[in-house]
Amino acid sequence: MRFQPNDVQRRSRGAAGILFLSFVFLIGSFFRAQVIQHARYVTEAEENRLREVPLPAARGLIRDRNGLVIAENIPGYRVSVLAPRLDSLQSVLRRIASVIPLSQDQMDIAVRRFRRNASRPTDILTSASFDLVSRLEEHRVMFPGLIIQEAPKRYYPDGSAVWALVGYTGEVNEAELAMPEYSGYKPGQQVGKGGIEKQYEERLRGREGVRYVEVDARGRVIRDADPKSTVAPEPAPPLITNIDLDLQRFIAGIFGDSLTGGVVAMDPATGEVLALHSAPGPDPNRFIGSISATYYNQLLSDKRLPLLNKATQGLYPPGSTWKLATAITALQMGVVKMTDHQPTPCTGGYQFGNRYFKCHLARGHGSLSLAQAIEQSCDVYFYQLALKMKLKGLVAGGIRLGSLRSSGIDLPNDKVTDYPTDPVADYFNKKYGPAGWSEGNSLNLAIGQGENSQTVVNVARFYSALAMNGLVSTPQVVHRAPAQERLFELDSATMAEVQAALSGVVQRGTAAASRIQGVMLAGKTGTAQSNRFVNGVELNHAWFAGYAPAEAPKIVVVVMLEFGGHGTRSARIASRIIEHYLKTKTTTLIKTEGD
Amino acid sequence: MKRFTAADYPLVVLAFALSIFGIAAVYSAGQTELGTRFVNIWRQQSLYLGLGLGAAWLVSRASVRALDYLSPVIYSGAVAVLIYLLFFGCGQGTARSTKSWICIGGSTVGQPSELAKIAVVIMLAKALSGRGDAPKSLFELWRPTLVVALPCLLILMQPDMGTGLVFVGIYFAMLFWAGTDWKLLVLAASPVISLVLAFNTSLWGAWFVLLFFILYWAKPFVVESVALVAANLVMGVVAPLVWERLSPHAQQRLLVYLDPSSDPRNSGYHVLQSQVAIGSGGWFGKGFTQGSQKRSGFLPEQHTDFIFPVIGEELGFIGVVVALALFAWLMMRCIRIAARSTNPFASLTAFGLVSMLFVHVLVNVGMTIGVMPITGIPLPFFSYGGSFMLSCWIAIGLLVRLSLEGRGRADTLVI
Repeated sequence: MRFQPNDVQRRSRGAAGILFLSFVFLIGSFFRAQVIQHARYVTEAEENRLREVPLPAARGLIRDRNGLVIAENIPGYRVSVLAPRLDSLQSVLRRIASVIPLSQDQMDIAVRRFRRNASRPTDILTSASFDLVSRLEEHRVMFPGLIIQEAPKRYYPDGSAVWALVGYTGEVNEAELAMPEYSGYKPGQQVGKGGIEKQYEERLRGREGVRYVEVDARGRVIRDADPKSTVAPEPAPPLITNIDLDLQRFIAGIFGDSLTGGVVAMDPATGEVLALHSAPGPDPNRFIGSISATYYNQLLSDKRLPLLNKATQGLYPPGSTWKLATAITALQMGVVKMTDHQPTPCTGGYQFGNRYFKCHLARGHGSLSLAQAIEQSCDVYFYQLALKMKLKGLVAGGIRLGSLRSSGIDLPNDKVTDYPTDPVADYFNKKYGPAGWSEGNSLNLAIGQGENSQTVVNVARFYSALAMNGLVSTPQVVHRAPAQERLFELDSATMAEVQAALSGVVQRGTAAASRIQGVMLAGKTGTAQSNRFVNGVELNHAWFAGYAPAEAPKIVVVVMLEFGGHGTRSARIASRIIEHYLKTKTTTLIKTEGD
Repeated sequence: MKRFTAADYPLVVLAFALSIFGIAAVYSAGQTELGTRFVNIWRQQSLYLGLGLGAAWLVSRASVRALDYLSPVIYSGAVAVLIYLLFFGCGQGTARSTKSWICIGGSTVGQPSELAKIAVVIMLAKALSGRGDAPKSLFELWRPTLVVALPCLLILMQPDMGTGLVFVGIYFAMLFWAGTDWKLLVLAASPVISLVLAFNTSLWGAWFVLLFFILYWAKPFVVESVALVAANLVMGVVAPLVWERLSPHAQQRLLVYLDPSSDPRNSGYHVLQSQVAIGSGGWFGKGFTQGSQKRSGFLPEQHTDFIFPVIGEELGFIGVVVALALFAWLMMRCIRIAARSTNPFASLTAFGLVSMLFVHVLVNVGMTIGVMPITGIPLPFFSYGGSFMLSCWIAIGLLVRLSLEGRGRADTLVI
């Protein structure tokens, strides 16, 4: 070592200098972090420790036109876990499974939920009973990160009686999350899955709140954060519908679990849907939370297709109810008048080319006017009308009167009806090949068979136009500005004659058994071939479409019984519905006047 | 007994103050939301402080001459223990895969590499003080280099890169104190500089040009020059090529091997959490034991390597400045002791000990704020651990003894 005092002095100054600079550098680094960037790190520290726990908002109540509750919320519990990593989630799940019954399926779902979004608590049970929750609470220390919170649970007091209307709610799924209309949703949130719940999701969902919990580095919940940081959920206001729950219940009561079919009842003047039913239907309450696999498989294997909404989704040949469309088209084209008779009287059938087209009445109706043909539903008369209009004219008229479109009802999955497209030749060439069809196809179309299937709600739309002299309002479950359009126009005398013929159906014709004391009912039966046979007998779809009172229509009712036999069965049901509606309405009116 | 008036009692007071501060920090580090086994380690740390004070008192009784005389024995003993560790050592805590601890009957009882640092300082002081002048050529550095390289390699094989880094720091600091020309120091460090700069070709090229200028200026022997250029080429060209040839997996494994205490996948997270804790402390901190990041366990190793963020978070910038000022003051006094020593061995030992403390403080504190790499070396007087507390206090004891035998007030150096 070089050990002269001067050298040592010099080096100690150098060493002191390095020491000083190093400490200045360190202190400078701390000054930058603690003083200059302090605010940024405070935010980071907060975010570090806090985890969001969503507070689900109560969905809006769904009420009927009189304020009765169709869908409400009942207390439920949501069990979820805040886990920092997948393996910690899995170990918590295994421990939970040792305390309460938890299937492998539910565990797999939870793992999938975690993979989608690990920063939110992973839902294990979306609607747990109080009993389960209290068992979990007992063993709370076993489950770090367990979050149990009240989560309002959807409940439909009328169960399957309203399912076709309201749908149900469920957790938003991956397919939905990929769609732009669900862009604001996060996995784990509840969303309407059909019916009003889906259609009016925006109005029903409310605004989700959030509270924060403090976690440690391993994601274990330490305590709730400052309650001031909690954002309370905003429940949605109730949704008032046009539904008459009393009528809806009455209809569901008629159908019970034994009849299969769909019903739509609406106010023809405004398009307000008073009732809409499809039977048989599932109990939407059993869809809330999670659907049990047994129940779901049972629904899927049921041949009556309970999950198909037979009022809006089911497509059925309209049968004779469509004869009114043929008649209106013919009247508009000027090929017939209400009093005109056809050249060939009905003898139980009609020979066209090499084919014999039968009438439903084997002994024949004889020679009829158009009004009588409507009353008696004479097929032979309409065969001849079809030939006069040609296939082209008939199809064009059917399209104008509402085929090839959906009814416009404010419910999801409102099916577009099946019908030949214009130009007709192209449609039939494509379907059957150039040699596979002829003008004879118009005969079947004219009586509501063949290439024509309608939804119940679209037939209701057409019949409300018949009731309102050609004006139609789009069916609406929830009130909005009425959208009226003119479906067809006839001179008032002809219109009155058509309406008189519809009244005649119930007074003297095919639905004569369905008369109501004191109320003039107008309508048309239909017995549509289904191509399904049991023991050689064809199972027909039984239709009735009508309105009442005939002189000032208040209600349009369409009843379709799937494989239900003759249209007169539906007519009896429709008349009961109308009677119930008009009588309760009258009593309500009298009561109001009495007050 | 005139010479006792020269003993540096402020040094003891400073070290004691830092130790008390450290025990408070260890106590606070144990106060977490969800209880850990670290709740009561502050008691253990107090015991270690007591042991350290006793050891310091014992060491301060030994004369410097005796130390000088015994240094080869102490050094050999240390090397022997390090060799023993390679075969029978065990790991602990974050460094579970290493062989840094002596264990008896399955429980770990100490980390000899901490004490080996002091043995190396003494031996290096002896090696450098033997000559009347400073080393003049690289060739003359072989003895001091060997003295450091042997234990350093043994520790790197444990593996413990952080402690190895401390040895390198001590080596250069003591060479500097021995009066070695700065150009020679640069040349000695040049292969390592090449390795660091190798990942940027133009930077490395510039460094290579500079190296030639220094060689021209320092005029070492031709053999040395050739060896240096060769070493720089190997480090700058070959090492990166070999590195790139390795698969990412192998690279990661090598990094983990070199420094197991910091898993590279998590080290970024650790620094971030440490910075968040410090930064959220602000001017005055969140209050003693009230650090929310610490309480929630976001700080990694908050009782050992990352104890300084506890101070940063809870006592704020003011607390940081106080702690660092205490360290700086302590080191200034140590430099004064080195400058006042009456013989080269004492002076070099004093400077070696302060450089050891300095490297620990700089690297550890710098690591917590993200300006130094994560190497897992502890903070003197603060980090929980018996061996390190003991070795720090032995250093203080030695420094007290060195100050006793140094010159009195007559010295002109004022620090």
